Amino acid sequence: MNSPRLIPFLSISGFFALWSFAAALSADPEILPAPWLLITPLVREMASGELLYHLSATLWRVVWAFVLAMTLGAALGMVMGRSERVNRWLDPWLVIFLNLPALVLIVLCYLWIGLTETAAILAVTLNKIPNVATTLREGARALDPNLDAFAKVYRLSWSARMRHVVLPQLAPFIAAAARSGVAVIWKIVLVVEFLGRSSGVGFQIHLYFQLFDVTMVLVYSLSFIVVMLAVEWVLLQPWERRVRRWRNA
Amino acid sequence: MGATAALGAARSALAQRMIQVAVKSKYFGTTQVLGEIDLTIERGETVAVIGPSGVGKSTLLRIVAGIDTSFDGKVSHPQSLAMVFQEPNLLPWRSALDNLLIAHPKLGTDRAAQMLDRVGLAEKADAFPGQLSLGQQRRLSLARAFACAPDLLIMDEPFVSLDPDLAGRMLDLTETLIAEHRPATLFVTHSRPEAERLANRVLTLQGTPAQLGPGRNE
Repeated sequence: MNSPRLIPFLSISGFFALWSFAAALSADPEILPAPWLLITPLVREMASGELLYHLSATLWRVVWAFVLAMTLGAALGMVMGRSERVNRWLDPWLVIFLNLPALVLIVLCYLWIGLTETAAILAVTLNKIPNVATTLREGARALDPNLDAFAKVYRLSWSARMRHVVLPQLAPFIAAAARSGVAVIWKIVLVVEFLGRSSGVGFQIHLYFQLFDVTMVLVYSLSFIVVMLAVEWVLLQPWERRVRRWRNA
Repeated sequence: MGATAALGAARSALAQRMIQVAVKSKYFGTTQVLGEIDLTIERGETVAVIGPSGVGKSTLLRIVAGIDTSFDGKVSHPQSLAMVFQEPNLLPWRSALDNLLIAHPKLGTDRAAQMLDRVGLAEKADAFPGQLSLGQQRRLSLARAFACAPDLLIMDEPFVSLDPDLAGRMLDLTETLIAEHRPATLFVTHSRPEAERLANRVLTLQGTPAQLGPGRNE
């Protein structure tokens, strides 16, 4: 009963069992359809190409916002973690942006820039940068000064220092920021699409919300959850296993 | 003719000097840790610095190595320097071989493998430092220091926390490598027997602020 594959399978099966039970209790597919009732509309959306179109639009925005937020947030966090002076200047900004509701930034970006792709991605990126910066700041503070001394004495180039000394130490922090980043970013992207885009899963959810079509809301939501789980299992977890290989050796 | 010969001898002596340390002061906050220190080490010479714990021996080494630059004074030494730290300071996420190649990118895999063999770690080239014993990690640290045939070698208590037998074997290995490469060597130790075995000169760092004096047995 300790199989690493069996337990997640049983856990997910339990989730679907609970969902089926709740659907049976409600006895109204318009309020909560049973899981198997999603199959036909899912196949129909896939066959028409609509599902793929909206999934890829959302995924594209997620990728852009993720890459920008991770790059800028990591750079900011590292500078703040390494320089107490910079940290003193920028920490109040970080606190403000951390506490600024996502919705406020989204609305402001749309108002200032317009209902454009740039505004959508910028809004998501600005929402995520403070979280990434906070995590990476802790990572930069935890860098081993003895390894810094080694890099200095042996005159490692900047790129060698980053690749062999700094980034491996930051890897757990980058992984934590990436994992929470992926989870948060796609949810914010949906809100951005809900409010001001004409494509994407968020736009479709908005459409079916107006039509009070719970089944289609669930079809689009669950489809994107599957995409994000695939990203987690195919990209993030193997990368994490690779960078932690030395710990398990 | 006599004057010319004397000038030549003086120039030759100057060229032999590998390290010239002229520290006026070093403070931590408002506390002066090091006073005036003048030290010259010549090629092939090994100088040991002994002294009580916390007196500033490691601080002096960090200044000479260029790790600590916030002091009043001047240090000149050759470009090619290596350091054996108190802890092995290896990259735990890179293999033993990569630890040498990262520190010395121009070394080449064959030469790095030879160096590992020289310190008895030929079989451990692919092992991560965490898979090595403390003694093996210290040997890897020694290999990393000697791999570039440095002109200046700095060692900060390289045999501390090893059992006497292992420390003895490490001392033998270090003595052999120093004899082979003949760098100018500055090292810090708590152990007078270690200092007297490896060094041509033993100096004591003592006082507040600390200053260098001759070893007590000199």
